[in-house]
Amino acid sequence: MINQISENEISQVIEVSKKLRRNILMMIHNSKSGHPGGSLSCIDILNVLFTKCMKHYPECEQNADYENRDRFILSKGHASAALYSILAHCGYLKEEELLTFRKFGSRLQGHPCSKLLKGVEISTGSLGQGLSIGCGMALGLKLDKKDSKVYVLMGDGETEEGSVWEAAMNASHHKLNNIIAFVDRNKLQIDGSTENVKSVGDIKSKFEAFGWNTIEIDGHNISEIYNAVNEAKKADKPVAIIANTIKGKGVSFMENNAGWHGKAPSDEELQLALNELK
Amino acid sequence: MIRECTSVRSEYGKTLVELGKENKNIVVLDADLSCSTQTKQFAKEFPERFFNVGIAEQDLMTTAAGLACTGKIPFVSTFAVFASGRAWEQVRNTICYSNLNVKIAATHGGITVGEDGASHQALEDVSLMRSIPNMTVIVPADAEETKQAIKFAAEHKGPVYIRIARSNLPNIFDANYKFNYKKANVIKEGTDVTLITNGETLVETIDCATILSDQGINAEIINVPVVKPIDSETIIKSAQKTNRVITIENHSIIGGLGSCVCEVLSENYPVKINRIGTNDEFGQSGTAKELMAHYGLNAEKLAEKITGLLK
Repeated sequence: MINQISENEISQVIEVSKKLRRNILMMIHNSKSGHPGGSLSCIDILNVLFTKCMKHYPECEQNADYENRDRFILSKGHASAALYSILAHCGYLKEEELLTFRKFGSRLQGHPCSKLLKGVEISTGSLGQGLSIGCGMALGLKLDKKDSKVYVLMGDGETEEGSVWEAAMNASHHKLNNIIAFVDRNKLQIDGSTENVKSVGDIKSKFEAFGWNTIEIDGHNISEIYNAVNEAKKADKPVAIIANTIKGKGVSFMENNAGWHGKAPSDEELQLALNELK
Repeated sequence: MIRECTSVRSEYGKTLVELGKENKNIVVLDADLSCSTQTKQFAKEFPERFFNVGIAEQDLMTTAAGLACTGKIPFVSTFAVFASGRAWEQVRNTICYSNLNVKIAATHGGITVGEDGASHQALEDVSLMRSIPNMTVIVPADAEETKQAIKFAAEHKGPVYIRIARSNLPNIFDANYKFNYKKANVIKEGTDVTLITNGETLVETIDCATILSDQGINAEIINVPVVKPIDSETIIKSAQKTNRVITIENHSIIGGLGSCVCEVLSENYPVKINRIGTNDEFGQSGTAKELMAHYGLNAEKLAEKITGLLK
């Protein structure tokens, strides 16, 4: 397969993911607030998208091709630490700025604010809106005959929001083959397991029923993420990539524990976590 | 006085087509009400730039937001009760927080929706929309003012909410009228009381002032199409002259134009103010005419009420 990612590249991406995870935890620890669980579950997807798949320009408008960039929407805006860490890695901001996360006067708001930071395409934080915003962008890009793609990352609990399905219906109606949606299927939400709180069930079949193509992957497997995006780019329909992930991935005591949805690690917990991510 | 009437909704649709011809970035979205809102005129002329999202008002607002992110100027229409209520949080968190160039032209505002009854009568939309940062709120009074407000919205950078009446409205303004985003307009000068209004109640207020005049009351009338940002100067100036203010609106007295005027005057020139509108209550079915009379918003009822208040 021509588009296969090499073993060497995979090792590099894994190393970057470790750094991004360390940064996420340091940011949340430093601000004494934030959302580690869902940031750690989606960071491998963000890493592959921003470093291997998306056409984007950290120098922003200074690049003549900026208007033709691919768009990324973090619909699960509470994973802002993950977005800021990948944006810093790509050069949208300096890594030192990451420690201003959630502090007064910072560009790195608790939930992403597009007015403050380039690379944040749209302010998010209220769940259930990103897919619909993505459809609007996809329609606009098609009107302008641009071949840019729109990537949207949602949480699995987020699919409990009805507006997600309004957008899903709209995307297939308009045959938006320029939108690729990830569902970060970590199976946990604030109050516990998604199946106990409100059974989200078979998300893959649900998207298929709404007229989407779907691909199911291990959301921590670099080559599976990469291959899924490449396959999705060729589709003639909108594509939902259901990424099975682990909430808190990479930190043993955070993994699969809903308690780490929105809690900062203590000094000691941070050290333990950083040791695991060397 | 007999006045010719024009459908404001139809004028809205016509204006969209004009704008669409001038600017290819104008796009229009609707939620299965394109006949009622008259966006169908644009849909017919520019099918590739018209998006019907179906019965999904939340999706309507956020899809428009996404289009605005790609440089389009989306005009979004549905009934005011859904635009301001059902999708309020999409308007707040996505359109206004990011200060996107989305124009919400909401039809069927106020009690005059009529027979459909309380579920469809938006009596809180101005209140809901004006409380959101970055939002501009306009309530035009007739077809001409609607046309000019829509054209203004297309030029203005940032979100705008325009409330469009269901009814055919009597023509008040002609082509000489100049809609000014920053200025309220004094329709009639007077000395005894300032009547502040906008939208569908402007014509009733004008006729009411004629009745009042027969009773020896010389009322000043101010039309405030732009509720936010409000023209405080014109309101304060008039209050200084008459020392008595009454607001009149086809909207709840909670949070609408009346509340805006109270906010302006209590901080700058406190005078006695009465607010006339619908009280803290829902509407009901009936013809627009019957409802305007029932809720005390037609010229005769207004005159009766105002005479009492001024005693």
